[in-house]
Amino acid sequence: MLEINNLHASVVDIENSEILKGINLKVNKGEVHAIMGPNGSGKSTLANVLMGRPDYEVTAGSVVFYGESILGLRAEERAHRGMFLAFQYPAEIPGVRPWQFLKAALDSKAESRGEDKMSVRAFSKLFDEKVEAVGINPTLVKRSLNEGFSGGEKKRNEMLQLEVLQPSLAILDETDSGLDVDALRIVAEGVNSMRSPERSFIVVTHYQRLLNYITPDVVHILVKGKIVRTGGPDLALEVEKDGYKEYLAAAGANA
Amino acid sequence: MTLATLPAAVEKFSTAYESLLTRSSNTTGWLNVLRQQAWSTFSELGIPTKRRGNELWKYTNLQPLAAADFVYGVSGSVTRDQIKVAGPWDDAWNTIVVVDGKFNAELSNLNGTAGLNAGSLAEAIAGGTGDVELQLASLAGREEYAFTALNTAFIDDGAYVAVIDGTELKEPIHVVFVTSNATENRASYPRLLVDAGAGTSLVLIETYLNLAETAQFVAPVVEMFAGERSTIKHYRVQMENEKSFHLGTTRISQLGDSDFTSTSFAVGASIARNDIHTLLNAPGASCTLHGLYMTNGTQQQDQEISTTHAKPNCSSNQYYKGILSGKSHAVFSGKVVVERNAQKSDATQKDLNLMLSRGAEIDAKPSLEIYADDVTASHGATAGHVDRDTLFYLQSRGVSEDAAKAILVRGFAEEMLNEFKPTALNEFVERITDERIPILLAESDTIGTT
Repeated sequence: MLEINNLHASVVDIENSEILKGINLKVNKGEVHAIMGPNGSGKSTLANVLMGRPDYEVTAGSVVFYGESILGLRAEERAHRGMFLAFQYPAEIPGVRPWQFLKAALDSKAESRGEDKMSVRAFSKLFDEKVEAVGINPTLVKRSLNEGFSGGEKKRNEMLQLEVLQPSLAILDETDSGLDVDALRIVAEGVNSMRSPERSFIVVTHYQRLLNYITPDVVHILVKGKIVRTGGPDLALEVEKDGYKEYLAAAGANA
Repeated sequence: MTLATLPAAVEKFSTAYESLLTRSSNTTGWLNVLRQQAWSTFSELGIPTKRRGNELWKYTNLQPLAAADFVYGVSGSVTRDQIKVAGPWDDAWNTIVVVDGKFNAELSNLNGTAGLNAGSLAEAIAGGTGDVELQLASLAGREEYAFTALNTAFIDDGAYVAVIDGTELKEPIHVVFVTSNATENRASYPRLLVDAGAGTSLVLIETYLNLAETAQFVAPVVEMFAGERSTIKHYRVQMENEKSFHLGTTRISQLGDSDFTSTSFAVGASIARNDIHTLLNAPGASCTLHGLYMTNGTQQQDQEISTTHAKPNCSSNQYYKGILSGKSHAVFSGKVVVERNAQKSDATQKDLNLMLSRGAEIDAKPSLEIYADDVTASHGATAGHVDRDTLFYLQSRGVSEDAAKAILVRGFAEEMLNEFKPTALNEFVERITDERIPILLAESDTIGTT
């Protein structure tokens, strides 16, 4: 469903700021890929570039999603095609309630596909079900989006959005950072309950611990903007034991 | 220059003033004296100018007002339906309609509520109702201020609201000041006197509607007396047309343990000022002054917000939000004075602005003057814009760029819109805001920038 070829990306308007230096990655339907790497390796950049964050500029390569090149598409157009990014630091948006903004998101998607918008009643029912499923405090979702939410509540709210929007490719950008074990389990449960033969995940993480709860099909090690090794779930355990030192040394020697 | 030269733009008001004196059926002796004193004050002051040292008008150029001509005393016809379309309305409310400064009994909808005396100010003056002689112009009209003097010189009619001691009103009182449709540029001086007795509880909505397409000059003055232990929830909705001038003054005097809350919704006029002052005149009084202003094009909206803590143990809270676009301009001038003996005062001031365009300007000037030593006070003002990260967050969920921008602007306003509690009023300000947002966004160039 997703094919990344020789992807290079830089920070917009900053010279010599290349972060991604030729990423190659293929994700099939129903697979869970973990992307691991040390700080500054470009793993978060990759997640954001895939979603179309305007802070980055793709300088070479291609990203094909369901047979269509998506690099020219805006973030909302990628979302309409089934992509989703769970943020490391979700924005706090005063005055905007999760209910209201998710309805707007689904409405925009329906509009882009020429479909009818979901009625307020049907959406309310769906929303309430998902709130219960995710185990998010119902009073919280009546508040402003992420405003005054704890780290765990923000991540849980990201899972709520994932449940409501039902994307075909969900990218989790270091969703585990700053979470205690309980919150980590919630995120993992969210992902696991949504795993299906039709849905793929890219889980970006620094630590192996999230992968104790989400078993990936494929693990990639990203160092200095390149995938330096790809393997099975065992690779994550290896990294947990040995760290990224050997990869960094190798990348340094090549540089 | 000779001594006979009048200050800016006084002369053109003098013909109207003379015609008022001969025409007005309101010939109560004390009123005539009051008008003459006020006229003499205005004659000396004229329309304020931006001259050096004039702190009140430092950021506001009234030259377009001084240069325009207005006729006085021309009244047109207005229907109930026009009022219902242009402003908030609820049949259950006790509604007083004032057309071009004159009380209109037919358009009003007074439900004969017990404990409420509401209607024409002219009748209250002529009949010597309650404390009208003592109260009228005791808070506004005798001081050295051009617009309250001008309004007072032209007191002829308006609205009078008295709530008898101990009355708790279930339904709001709605005072609608409407400018009828006319081709002329006209001046009107709406006047409202509110006397809330001890232990009363009331909601008062004050709405300014303008059915004309030409430039109108509207200079209202509102005086309110909050009795001991009274609770007043006041709302002010300013919907003048985009060519008009609206220079409104509201003065409130609060007795012990009274609680006054005012929430303003200001979107109309070419140049507008909402000047409100609360006097916390006995221990235990508290006031909350809120408001939302939105500007676009070359509009100017001023919030001149002041509170005087005259006695101990009072609290005040000023909190305003502005959304500015195009080449518009807004002023927030918040002032809190805590007098020497007003110990244990608590005062907060805040003004937050969402700048939708680089061409818009906000002059925010919160200030505290504290002469007592045992006081808790804070103030602050900000001007910001919607950044790229926030916009991207919504877009990544599939919300289109335009819808995301509208959601974010609406989100900024939401907190203030929620302050408008009566259902029909809340629906009205939400509708007007939703209609206004695309207009603001069309002139925006800062959303989603870094």
